[in-house]
Amino acid sequence: MTNLPPLPSSLTLGLRRGKIEIRQFVRQRESVVFTLLFPLILMAIFGSVFTGEIAFGVTFSQYFLAGMIATGLVNSGFQQLAINIPMERDDGSLKRLRGTPMPVASYFIGKTILVLASIVFQVFFLLLGGLIFFDIRLPSTGAKWLILAAILFIGTAGSTALGTAFSSIPKNGRGASALVTPLVIVLQFFSGVFFVFTQLPQWMQQFAALFPLKWLCQGIRSVFLPDEFAQNEVAHSWETGKTLLVLSIWFVIGLAFSIRTFKWDRN
Amino acid sequence: MSVIDVKDLRKSYNGLAAVDGIDLTISQGEIFALLGPNGAGKTTTVEILEGFRSRDSGNVTVLGFDPQATGIDARRFRDRIGIVLQSTSDAGDLTVAETVHHFQSYYSNPRMAEEVIAAVGLTEKSNSLIRVLSGGQRRRLDVALGIVGNPELLFLDEPTTGFDPEARRAFWELVKDLRNTGTTILLTTHYLDEAEALADRVGVINRGKIVEIAAPSELGGRDTSMAYVRWVVDGVSYEERTNSPTAVIRRISADIKGEIPQLIVSRPSLEEIYLEMIGHAESTEILTKEVSGA
Repeated sequence: MTNLPPLPSSLTLGLRRGKIEIRQFVRQRESVVFTLLFPLILMAIFGSVFTGEIAFGVTFSQYFLAGMIATGLVNSGFQQLAINIPMERDDGSLKRLRGTPMPVASYFIGKTILVLASIVFQVFFLLLGGLIFFDIRLPSTGAKWLILAAILFIGTAGSTALGTAFSSIPKNGRGASALVTPLVIVLQFFSGVFFVFTQLPQWMQQFAALFPLKWLCQGIRSVFLPDEFAQNEVAHSWETGKTLLVLSIWFVIGLAFSIRTFKWDRN
Repeated sequence: MSVIDVKDLRKSYNGLAAVDGIDLTISQGEIFALLGPNGAGKTTTVEILEGFRSRDSGNVTVLGFDPQATGIDARRFRDRIGIVLQSTSDAGDLTVAETVHHFQSYYSNPRMAEEVIAAVGLTEKSNSLIRVLSGGQRRRLDVALGIVGNPELLFLDEPTTGFDPEARRAFWELVKDLRNTGTTILLTTHYLDEAEALADRVGVINRGKIVEIAAPSELGGRDTSMAYVRWVVDGVSYEERTNSPTAVIRRISADIKGEIPQLIVSRPSLEEIYLEMIGHAESTEILTKEVSGA
């Protein structure tokens, strides 16, 4: 009995966790439809309210694309996990996992896969709807698509890690939503999700620059807006390198806190 | 060979001792029941053995591991144990088979998922979503997930709460089958008949200390304690406590012709013994407190 075969690797189990997380997610039909279409719904509202151009032929719809994608990332990563993990803690399913040989890394990988899958579909529906109804323009070069992919990947990892880290703060699942939702909404307003960022008061811009959402929006704008529009940004540049750096730093911070503070049960 | 070895285990919360110096040895293939009132230190002890909680002091070895181990040792340890916690209440959006198959993939040497589902009697519900299962069926799924890793040591925490009598009997058979294949089982329960039906030995824990460890039939001197003989004559009930019930019956039957009406010979039930031990431990505790307070 003591000569047992080797245990499956953390990555293998992480992929299996991802599969099972996605399966559980798609079985909650109402929330699937709403979650995956949410960025498109927001886009429809903002695209109908704000018509016209900002500068360099950029329409409001085109400008807000970035904000809507970033919103999707924050909602299905940070917000969902910061609310759902405390609920999993409350109902005992986390503790049950804790009693198995599945390592915590696999649990984190599984959550990241769920969020990544959700983002890919949200972006797909958003772009599809945008093309059909709001005449948006897609990134013009392969390099821009690559940057988009990189930002979505690092953004997802960061959003997941920060949501997991934040999940240790609410005392229980019911309190989590009341704590997390206002935080996310305020940050969205500050970070230029719903407004043109440069039109916000300067103190708000500086405050937002401390958090990843502003950088997410700016990074995604860099692939959807024409190059000339960069002069309209705060730094008169897209700051792509800095954006990736800031997002990576936030990912590392989130991961470090997740590993240190993750709680499997309420006690 | 001992599977669990505990020496002078201690754990306090905010200066209050929840576990106050426990010694415990459980052998391979044994069913051991830990009994005690709520707040006695039962859960804390078991959770320390499961690796869910840290201890303040004392030596603990479970299957040769320190349950507090981290990293790969923690995984190797959990690969060889099974834990059935008090029921979970997740949304249940997976089917029984999906869940058991998924948990099976965590272990290095698991049992066949179908075989485990059959063992807990859920074959017909294999493709049902967990959310449509009854409370008892959900509990049986908990057990399936606890044994799918083919554990050498199984922790069962209040396993039959909410079972109907038939389901309980079936569950007891399942536990005995596991023991017969060499699995060691640590059971906590509030049902004394369950402990009596299953356990090779029971340990009574109260106020963080072990009061006694013995076979259920011998706990509290039950096997040698006085018997009650009860009978009725002309509507009047008689009761006698005695060390020699046979002699009492011979004497009565000499006076009464034919059947002795409503004759009962009984020894204290495990429950009576247990309650006496708990109550006794409680009153000594109060007494010591008063003395030390004076």
